[in-house]
Amino acid sequence: MTYALVDCNSFYASCERVFRPDLKNRPIVVLSNNDGCVVALSKEAKGIGVKMCEPWFKIKNSFTSQGGVAFSSNYELYADISSRVMQTLEHSAPKIEIYSIDEAFLDLGGINHCTDLEKFGYECQEKVKQWTGMPVRVGIGPTKTLAKAASYGAKKYTGTGGVVDLSEKRRQRRLLSIMPIEEIWGVGSRLKKHLNRMGITTALELADTDTKLIRRRFSIVLERTVMELRGHPCIGLEEHPATKKEIVVSRTFSQKVTTLESINEAVSDYAARASEKLRRENQYCRVVSVFARTNPFRLQDQQYSNILSCKLNLPTNDTRDILHTTKMLSRRVYKKGYNFIKAGVMLSDFYDKGVYQSDFFIPNSKRPKSEKLMKMIDKINANGKNKITFAAQGIRKPWSMQRHFQSPKYTTNWDDLLIVK
Amino acid sequence: MTIKYLGNASEGDLPPLKIPYFLDRIPAGWPSPADDYVEHPIDLNEYLIKNPAATHFVRVSGDSMINACIGDGAILVVDKSIEARHKNIVIADIDGSYACKRLLTRPKICLASENDKYNKIFIKENESLEIYGVVIAAINIIK
Repeated sequence: MTYALVDCNSFYASCERVFRPDLKNRPIVVLSNNDGCVVALSKEAKGIGVKMCEPWFKIKNSFTSQGGVAFSSNYELYADISSRVMQTLEHSAPKIEIYSIDEAFLDLGGINHCTDLEKFGYECQEKVKQWTGMPVRVGIGPTKTLAKAASYGAKKYTGTGGVVDLSEKRRQRRLLSIMPIEEIWGVGSRLKKHLNRMGITTALELADTDTKLIRRRFSIVLERTVMELRGHPCIGLEEHPATKKEIVVSRTFSQKVTTLESINEAVSDYAARASEKLRRENQYCRVVSVFARTNPFRLQDQQYSNILSCKLNLPTNDTRDILHTTKMLSRRVYKKGYNFIKAGVMLSDFYDKGVYQSDFFIPNSKRPKSEKLMKMIDKINANGKNKITFAAQGIRKPWSMQRHFQSPKYTTNWDDLLIVK
Repeated sequence: MTIKYLGNASEGDLPPLKIPYFLDRIPAGWPSPADDYVEHPIDLNEYLIKNPAATHFVRVSGDSMINACIGDGAILVVDKSIEARHKNIVIADIDGSYACKRLLTRPKICLASENDKYNKIFIKENESLEIYGVVIAAINIIK
């Protein structure tokens, strides 16, 4: 077995650079919804001391005076570049698993017989850069966990040129001996604490721990990680994404919201979006939940947070049914006198079409032509411009997200194409 | 000039860009004798785009490439996966912004406009030239 992990370097910041040659070597940060805090940063931004999650208002002046450029998140652009990177990788390897928006595992089975793996890594890096403009690093190893570790090495040590091949046992042990355990794939901060208490601080120490002990003290999952660190593959490639178990749409408001009308409007807007996503998955949901909360950072405010769910008689994916339910729920979640900062809708308990037990005592009162109507709405709104909406979703939407520094949607909107002279 | 009639553009429920290609006109109210001869719809994407992952559209502003039939407002199909060669029309980084020019590698590397109003831009030896991609088609809307 041979796996590679291809990981984009500062993905969001690099996406912003693809169409902006003037941003080369300049510090870039990407801000969260409502331009609240830093969610991604380029290495130049890191270099001048910007940290992840820092509030934008705190760093604004010093950052811009040092030549930094800030962007609101432009998820349309990021999603498009991500899919281009993944398509390019599909040209390079027989099987790939898209692990996240900016990472993919490649199955290099067979490739190691035709070419030197390190050379393959550099070629892959070069190809992605040329085709999509995205800089990536490539970690190679006999297991997915070691490929991840190799990618960590490629990031940490710039001398590697962004490619590390851990096929050799000797190299594996050398890297693992200087790798803190919290950097291992699947080891979080909670496990770190427990392991540290047992005197295990480096990845190599974990790899050399008795697997039986690990299974007894922790879980079979961590035992698998230990096996993988030793070079025995236990986790295979997942080529097909698992069907979703729930859909959540929630946003932070651009300003505090106090009235039931505004909460209703926002929740209805999220509900319509969630229903659209549900239909895209070809699923029907039976449980609808609504949640809302105040801003925990406003210490002077009274705090409140609540979630309510409702189980429907029949699974649905009709926006009208879902709106009806969320309206009823948001009326109950809402409380007068609080400054709300965030609300959301969650759909769960999914069914495939026609696969559910109907109730003898409840009439099968499906709305006629529901499917046709929803299909038509989705078709009209297919370009993402929301040409047709339910009145409940509101029109002015004063609570909606603000993104003041958003770059053009270069690849998904005809009006936003890159202009060349 | 001869003109070959390829068929009408799509209407109604067909996805955009698919143009049905009939070999004959269909008489109304009678099963078409041509039914069995309907071929695959012509897809402009297929014609213009060889490598979707690496292809972008950009819009031209200005008249610097007018002699190459690239006018103001034209949309260019740019393929980033192609290696730029002598005489290719390319999108290149000129002082921090992307511009459309013809790449000449002989006798000296330069970026040339297709309009006498503009001078060639020579690349000095210690300068690097970054090519964003090679232009493979220009779309001019003429009506």
